[in-house]
Amino acid sequence: MIKIKIIFFASFKELLGCSEIELQMDENSSIENLCGSLAGKGDAWQKVFTEAKKTVKVACNQQMADLSTLLKDGDEVAFFPPVTGG
Amino acid sequence: MPAVKQIIITDQPLDIAALNQTIQSNQGESGASVIFTGNVRVSDEEQGLTGMTLEHYPGMTELLLDEILVQAIDRWQLNQVLVAHRVGHLSPGEPIVFVGTCGLHRKETFESTEFIMDYLKNKATFWKKEHYSKNGANQDVWVESKQSDLDALERW
Repeated sequence: MIKIKIIFFASFKELLGCSEIELQMDENSSIENLCGSLAGKGDAWQKVFTEAKKTVKVACNQQMADLSTLLKDGDEVAFFPPVTGG
Repeated sequence: MPAVKQIIITDQPLDIAALNQTIQSNQGESGASVIFTGNVRVSDEEQGLTGMTLEHYPGMTELLLDEILVQAIDRWQLNQVLVAHRVGHLSPGEPIVFVGTCGLHRKETFESTEFIMDYLKNKATFWKKEHYSKNGANQDVWVESKQSDLDALERW
């Protein structure tokens, strides 16, 4: 098993009522697998990680990533909506 | 001489005069300097806007801004670039972002500043939440990204 730190920003943090969690995943899991695990945590999670999945942005270790990115032990994965700075 | 590159992310009000002074005093051999400041629109107070809160992803924001500045320096041979961005709570009229660039010629320096802002708006991990008060009711709204901002990247 590998341990993944997951952080949420902006509207996702509010929708999920959570800014950070840790999850144990199987070796060779992808971000897509991680989304599947997160979607099972409740209604709001289901909404973010299945219905809204197309608009969700994801970073792994502070680099933009995608659903196919493979995870390794100790990775930091961040989920957030499209950015709106400036 | 290597370009001077500076990134500031702060929850304190941006001191535009001091930032401008930094740009002017480090111009080196440049022939042009361009300053851009983006503010919380005062006209939006008519819609009940009382302020906004900006959140960011510490660490990743700096990495993304650094990538944008490295590209701009390389493409337009800038000899100085400074980006300052506010986070935390802002009131109408307050500056959100400052970009200062120094380059050899006017056209390139203007272009580089637009490039930095277009990329910052689409890539840098900041999120705005607007606060409204209307008829005694308070409402908070996360700002949604605009297609026009995304389209702006096509010219680069």
